[in-house]
Amino acid sequence: MVTMVKKIKQINIRKVTKMIFSYIILGIVSFICVFPFYWMFAGSTQTSNAIISGNISVGSNIIENLKTLFQQSDYLRAFGNSAFAAILTTVLALTISSLAAYGFEIFSSKFKNKLYNVLLLTMMIPFAALMIPLYKVIIALDLNNKLISVVLPSVATVFLIFFFKQSFIKFPRELIQSARVDGANEFRIFRSIVFPVMKPTYAAAAILTFTASWNNFLWPLITLSSNDIQTLPLKISTLSSSYTPDYGVILLSIVVATLPSIVVFFSLQKHFVAGLTGAIK
Amino acid sequence: MQSLIKKILLTIKSLVVKIYMKTRAIIKNLLGKISEKRRAIIIGWAFIIPALIFITVFIFIPMIYSVFLVTQSCRGIVCETDFFGNIDKLMGDPQFKQAFKNTFIFFIVQVPIMLTLALVFAVILNNPKLKFRGVFRTAIFLPAVTSLVAYSVLFKMMLAPDGIVNTTIEFLGNNPIGEFLGIKPVGWLTDPFWQRATIVIALLWRWTGYNMIFYLSGLQSIDKKVYEAAEIDGANKLQIFFKITVPQLKPIILFTAVMSTIGTLQLFDEPFNIIAGSGTTVSTMTLSQYIYNVSFVNIPNFGYAAVVAYVIMITAAILTVIQFRLSRED
Repeated sequence: MVTMVKKIKQINIRKVTKMIFSYIILGIVSFICVFPFYWMFAGSTQTSNAIISGNISVGSNIIENLKTLFQQSDYLRAFGNSAFAAILTTVLALTISSLAAYGFEIFSSKFKNKLYNVLLLTMMIPFAALMIPLYKVIIALDLNNKLISVVLPSVATVFLIFFFKQSFIKFPRELIQSARVDGANEFRIFRSIVFPVMKPTYAAAAILTFTASWNNFLWPLITLSSNDIQTLPLKISTLSSSYTPDYGVILLSIVVATLPSIVVFFSLQKHFVAGLTGAIK
Repeated sequence: MQSLIKKILLTIKSLVVKIYMKTRAIIKNLLGKISEKRRAIIIGWAFIIPALIFITVFIFIPMIYSVFLVTQSCRGIVCETDFFGNIDKLMGDPQFKQAFKNTFIFFIVQVPIMLTLALVFAVILNNPKLKFRGVFRTAIFLPAVTSLVAYSVLFKMMLAPDGIVNTTIEFLGNNPIGEFLGIKPVGWLTDPFWQRATIVIALLWRWTGYNMIFYLSGLQSIDKKVYEAAEIDGANKLQIFFKITVPQLKPIILFTAVMSTIGTLQLFDEPFNIIAGSGTTVSTMTLSQYIYNVSFVNIPNFGYAAVVAYVIMITAAILTVIQFRLSRED
C-alpha cells in the first residue's frame, strides 16, 4: 500500500515537472513569435531616433508617422493597387478554379482524369523555374507594367482546382440529381445549389488567394518594373532600402500592410486553418 | 486608372460573353443528337475550359517556351541560337556554383530543424491537459500571417548593427558571466556566417508555426486507442513518439517536407530584403536571386536564366523523389 502511494506520488511529480517544462518551452517560443509583432506596433508610434536608441515602449509619434507615410510617398496608391489586384484575383480565381474543379469531379471521364493528373504534376514545378518564360509571355501579350499582369497568372491555379475538387468529393450527389430531375440547367445547379453549400470552402480559398496575392513580391517586382505602378510589398521594400530610412515610418508601413491579414486571421481563424490543412485530408 | 479598370473589365466581360455564347451554341447544337453520357462529358468541359485557357497561356506555354529559351544565348534583346552554350557557361560559372551552394545550405540546415521543431511543438500542444492551448497555438502560428517582405524588413531592422537584438545581447553580455560566456553583438547582416544564420532564423520564425498546424491536425486524427494500448504495454514516451506518432504522421511529414523543399529552393524575398544593401551578399545569394540578377540586373540573358531555372526544377524533382523513397522505406 505504502509503495503504491509512493509510486503514484512519483508519477505525479514526474507529470507535474513535465507540464512545467511544457509551459516554459511554449512560453519562450510564444514570446519569440509574438515579440516582433509587439516591437512593430510599438515602433510604429515612435520617432526614428527613439527606435534606434532601443526604446521599445509605445510612443506618441503615430500621427506624425502617418502624415509622413501618406504625404511623402505614393503609399496610398500602392495600397490601392494591392487591394485592387488582390480582390480581382480572388474573385476570378475562385470562380474559374471552382468551376473547373466541379467539372473534373462531377463530370469525370477517363480523359479528364488524365488531364487532371497532368495538371497536378505541374504543381511540382517551382514558380522560380517558370517566371522567366512567363515574363516573356507577359511581354508578348503587352501586359508588361500593367497591374493586370499581376492578376492573370494566378487566376487559374492548379492548387485551387485541387483544393476545390477535394471538397466536391464529399458533396451529396443526390442533391444535384434531384435538381436535374426538376429540369434545372447545370450552371444553375452550380450557382444555386452547390455554391451555397460550399461557402466555407470558398471562404478558406478566398483567404488563401487574397493573402497570397496581397503578399506577392517577386512576380510584381519583375512585371511592374516602372515606378509608376507599385504594389504594397514593392513599396515597403523600396522604403526600407532608402539611404535615410525613417524607422518609425517603415514600421508603420509594415503595420498597415500586415493588419488586413491579422484581422482576417483573427476573425476567420477556423476558415484560415481549414484552408491550410483542408487540402491534405 | 479608372479608365484602365473599365477597359480591363470590359475586355474580360466581352471575353466571358464570347466564350459563354460559343460554348452554349456548341452545346445546344449537339445536345439533341447525343446520349445522356456524352452530354455530361461535354457539359463538364464547359466548366473546365475557362481554367484550361488560363493554365495553357500561363503555365503550359511558358513550360514549352522555356525549352526553346535554353538554346538561346542573349545579350539584352539580341539572342542567337547556341545549343549547348548556356550549359557550358553554367559549368564554369563561379557565381552559379556559389548560389547553388548557398541555396543547398539553406535547405539542408533549415528544413530539418524547422520540421523537427514543428513536430515537437505539435506533440506538446496536443496534450489535452495543457491549459491555454489555443493561446499558444495562435501565438506560434501568428508569424505565418505576415507577408514575406514585411517580416523580412522587420527582421532587417531588429538585426541591424545597433538594432534591438544587438542592444539586448550587449546588455546581457555586459557582466562577468556574460563576458565569460563570450556573449557579444554580432554582425547579423554583414558577417558571411551570421548572414546565413539570420536567413535560417528568419525562415524558422516564419514557417515553424505554419508546419505545426499541419501536424496538429494530423495528430488529432490519430486514434486515441492506439496510444492507450501502447501505454498499457509499457511503452515510454520516446518509444510512443518514434513508433506511433511519427509513422502515423508520415504522409503529412512527407507533404510538409516536399513543400518546404520546393519553397527553400526558390528562396528570394528574405535574402533580397534582409541582406541586400548591407555590404557583401555573396554568402546568401540564392538561385532565384541569381536568376533575377541574370535577367534584370546585369545585361539581361534570358536564355541563361532559363537554364538556371531548370537547375532549380531538376534539383526539386530529385529531392522530392528522394523524400518519397525515404518515406516508403522501413
